[in-house]
Amino acid sequence: MKINSTGEVLTVYLEGEIDHHSAKSIREEIDTAVEFNMPSLLILDFSGVTFMDSSGIGLVMGRFKTLQKSGAKLNLSNLPPNIYKVMKLAGIDRLANIDKGA
Amino acid sequence: MKQINKFSMSIPSKSANEAFARVTVAAFAAQLDPTLEEISDIKTAVSEAVTNCIVHAYPDSIGTIYITGEIIEDNVVKLKIRDRGCGIENVKQAMEPLFTTGGTERAGLGFAVMQSFMDYVRVSSKKGKGTSVILKKKISDK
Ligand SMILES: Nc1ncnc2c1ncn2[C@@H]1O[C@H](COP(=O)(O)OP(=O)(O)OP(=O)(O)O)[C@@H](O)[C@H]1O
Ligand SMILES: [Mg+2]
Repeated sequence: MKINSTGEVLTVYLEGEIDHHSAKSIREEIDTAVEFNMPSLLILDFSGVTFMDSSGIGLVMGRFKTLQKSGAKLNLSNLPPNIYKVMKLAGIDRLANIDKGA
Repeated sequence: MKQINKFSMSIPSKSANEAFARVTVAAFAAQLDPTLEEISDIKTAVSEAVTNCIVHAYPDSIGTIYITGEIIEDNVVKLKIRDRGCGIENVKQAMEPLFTTGGTERAGLGFAVMQSFMDYVRVSSKKGKGTSVILKKKISDK
């Protein structure tokens, strides 16, 4: 998983399949990077994600809640169609800015 | 209902089997020539049901998850995911969107995803005995 920090903006490039099995280590990596960088904007880039179920929704909602405490914003970018479908169902578009992939 | 093909398997409730289960079911459904979207919907729904067995049905132990698949008339794939775990006290409440007993890292949307991505979802459960989830999806004619 690639992580890129430029001052205020932290970008995490998620990869592979996000399910209950993989969510724990992804969550820990994101949380460590957020604690260390204290960004005002976290961008989760989904272009490398091939599968996601509701464990991924829980992951995104959980990160949204932690960021909210420090007033930071969350962006979800480059969502493949199948991932967008799950996010949309969960109403994540009301919590975070979403941009679909090409 | 005429049965055209079927499979069954049982797997231990280890989280590494979540991917195995959904990929196996997708491979079974592939004989109906589904679209990429249909395959993705089926994988997601199966992942929800199997994850629920692992997380909720057998919270502190490894139990067995029983999965069967059938191809029935009219291009329909029918799946059953069953456990002998703790069971659900109130199924109607469990199926409400956002209801969860799983704490802050769970969205409570697993059943909502199954209902949105499949054509038919039926849950039956008995406290202390286990839960069974039946899912059906009609694969479109091309
Ligand atoms: N196989 C099962 N055995 C026992 N309880 C279950 C089972 N499946 C679901 N439940 C109960 O139903 C609730 C709702 O399930 P659902 O999948 O909708 O949400 P969740 O698993 O809590 O969260 P998410 O799926 O979004 O991660 C669960 O919190 C749990 O209490
Ligand atoms: Mg669930």
